[in-house]
Amino acid sequence: MDSATDTVLAEQFDEIEQQHSADTLGMWIFLATEVMFFGGLFAGYAVYRFSFPHVFYAASHHLDVLAGAIDTAVLLCSSLTMAFAVRAVRLGQRWMSILLLGVTAVFGAGFLVIHGFEYHHEWTEHLVPGGSFAFEGADPHRAQMFFWLYFATTGLHSLHVLIGVALMLVLAVLVLLEKITAARFMTVEIAGLYWHFVDVVWVFLFPLYYLAGAR
Amino acid sequence: MAQQTAHEAAHHEHHHEELGFWRKYVFSTDHKVIGIQYGITGLIFLFFGFTLMMLMRWQLAFPGQALPGIGGLFQKIFGDKMVLPDVNGHPGVMTSELYNSFGAMHGTIMVFLGIVPTAFAAFGNYVVPLQIGAPDMTFPKINMASYWSFFLGGVVMLASFFCPGGAAKSGWTSYSPLANITDQVPEFVAAHPVLGLIFNGQSMWILGMVFLITSSLLGSVNFITTIIQLRAPGMTWMRLPFFVWAQLVTSFLLLLAFPPLEAASIFQLMDRVAGTSFFLPSGLIVNGAQIHISGGGSPLLWQHLFWFLAHPEVYVLILPGIGIIGEVVANNTRKPLWGYKAMVFAIFVLGFLSFIVWAHHMYLTGMGAAVSAFFQTTTIMISVPSVILLTALILSLWGGSIRFTTPMCFATAFLPMFGIGGLTGIPLAFNALDLYLHDTYYVIAHFHYIVAPGTIFAIFAGVYHWFPKATGRMMNQFLGRLHFWASFLFINGIFLPMFLQGMLGMHRRWYDGGASYDISKAIVWGLSGFDWNKVISISAWGLGLAQLPFIFNFFSSIWYGKAVGRNPWDATTLEWLAPSPPPHGNFDHAPEVHRGPYEYSVPGAAQDFIPQSEPTSPTAPAAPALAH
Repeated sequence: MDSATDTVLAEQFDEIEQQHSADTLGMWIFLATEVMFFGGLFAGYAVYRFSFPHVFYAASHHLDVLAGAIDTAVLLCSSLTMAFAVRAVRLGQRWMSILLLGVTAVFGAGFLVIHGFEYHHEWTEHLVPGGSFAFEGADPHRAQMFFWLYFATTGLHSLHVLIGVALMLVLAVLVLLEKITAARFMTVEIAGLYWHFVDVVWVFLFPLYYLAGAR
Repeated sequence: MAQQTAHEAAHHEHHHEELGFWRKYVFSTDHKVIGIQYGITGLIFLFFGFTLMMLMRWQLAFPGQALPGIGGLFQKIFGDKMVLPDVNGHPGVMTSELYNSFGAMHGTIMVFLGIVPTAFAAFGNYVVPLQIGAPDMTFPKINMASYWSFFLGGVVMLASFFCPGGAAKSGWTSYSPLANITDQVPEFVAAHPVLGLIFNGQSMWILGMVFLITSSLLGSVNFITTIIQLRAPGMTWMRLPFFVWAQLVTSFLLLLAFPPLEAASIFQLMDRVAGTSFFLPSGLIVNGAQIHISGGGSPLLWQHLFWFLAHPEVYVLILPGIGIIGEVVANNTRKPLWGYKAMVFAIFVLGFLSFIVWAHHMYLTGMGAAVSAFFQTTTIMISVPSVILLTALILSLWGGSIRFTTPMCFATAFLPMFGIGGLTGIPLAFNALDLYLHDTYYVIAHFHYIVAPGTIFAIFAGVYHWFPKATGRMMNQFLGRLHFWASFLFINGIFLPMFLQGMLGMHRRWYDGGASYDISKAIVWGLSGFDWNKVISISAWGLGLAQLPFIFNFFSSIWYGKAVGRNPWDATTLEWLAPSPPPHGNFDHAPEVHRGPYEYSVPGAAQDFIPQSEPTSPTAPAAPALAH
């Protein structure tokens, strides 16, 4: 047994394969809770869209589809670089790993910036519910519900992205300090699982909010 | 092979690593310490939640009279707005606000801070790794985070009692729209715009719940990976002790049911602090005036999301209990569990069905015949696996040479008590009957028979059963008997009359026990003319006293109990192979499993039990094959 594996193996495991499958399984189970969490948010969306579909149709037109599409593209690219980063770590390519993790973080941050501009745009358009909400349409009260759901769901998703960006930066630093080497690739691999999950959630959010108007 | 020895050496070094006091006993990552932390905290919360109810029972038995003895102190703690003087000027009459907050917090504390941490987290953490032959949980640090998140949730819940306006008053179900608009004291909100929105009963309740949910999720991720990944060699699925199966299914229930409530809690919190209307309908009138909200929300959505959690949660409360009873029954009848495989399949069916019965809590919402019929059908279906479990446990007693140890006393009492609780639930499954019985004391009696003389008796059975493993000493048998018989008597004195009151129509939320209604005498007192409210209250205080022998026994036995060896109960499962108490890393050698979990009274064997680790090799001194 080489010394690298020896320090990687936690005391409760017999073999490194067992530890790896336990880590992966743990992350998948955590992601199951995340699916149920966003499921609750989607249930709220489903109930209100079913209750007043026309309002959702009209309100959706006020979101910027182009910005949403760019968001989607940016996140999908970040998933690609994430996948490459995992590969680079496994192959022990230190600088390549740092580069790819950094690029993933930059894509994630880019997503947040674009989304921030969208939020700002919606603020100036008086689409943020509350006192200054203004909506020319049949039912401004119910349109507020669409925007509440939009801000709550995308806000919680952005929080997940933010955590992911922080995670990527920490991982890049750990690779730089050689705390993460090829023997400890599992840390990056399960972080990757999380990142892809966050990406997939957006793939559902984009059509539900931006394309509900079916232009 | 060389690899394995190197590992053992590495493991050995770990064992001798000395940790400081804080790392060893407080911020520990050892599953046994975490289990004990969960257990002690959970038992304290159970007693605290019960104390709230003992105080409420005074108001129900003697409405409008000051609490005897502690009334003055009570008024000092909760202030003059919450506690009033009685007609003679003695301090200590609780207001309906205080009564409601005690009721809501009784439910919340018992469920989320009492039973789940004790039955699921404490026994699960302590026993599961030992029973599957693992040195620890898969993610020890996450395990520690789970406990401390639970602890923070408990602190937030306790702190909410001291918010302006008191703790949450909307019931443990926190139904919208009441829970979305209540508990904010206008003067306090005006003085502190931000703090005022958060530092009030219901908002603190939601924040506390977010911590508790996080804790349960971290715990269940750990349990599932541990049971799947860390079983000892030879521990095949059908050799798992029944308790481990119960914990596995419970983990899945927590894992999948809790996150939607977390989402719903965020919605409700936003309704309270950010001015949203996720659960607030249009045109809501509060105190005679329409409140200023955008509206359009559905209060029923909250009920659906809440009960989607809370019905599986009911099974989270009972399944670990059934698991404990399975272990205790097999050990003390000296027989294998009858129908072990059927029981395992039954809990899986139970776990699955528990996700599609939730709306039977909501018949009164007028959901329509088709939806009602669906949920009636699934609810009746779920009684089948429950009956399989109970039948198997009762048949396990048949023909056994039963040892009536203290844990076995509690286990034998569990069976009929769980039976009463379960069978009285069947009428509630039917829409037509439920419309009448809904929100009466009948419902209270029904579910308390499952969780009080059911789960809590199972918890006691578990404490008495595994105490020698955790401390190396036995608990006193005489005090155990005293605790058992007194608890058994009084707990039935509390809940049996409630069936009677409920069927006569006594409502569960009457703050004065029905005193303000003319007809209530017939309802509260029943046809016998007996004041059941007083009987129930006196039984409740008797039950409180009955816990004193347990508390004394628990602490005195830690130091003065009879010292015992590794396997004082002559049990078969792996936890009894480890030293008592087990050291860090649990076992002397990594255990190997060669047989099923309950090989008791095997014909021809030298002893009446064969531990799971005993090899079946033909060269070993064979069990005499002659006598037959």
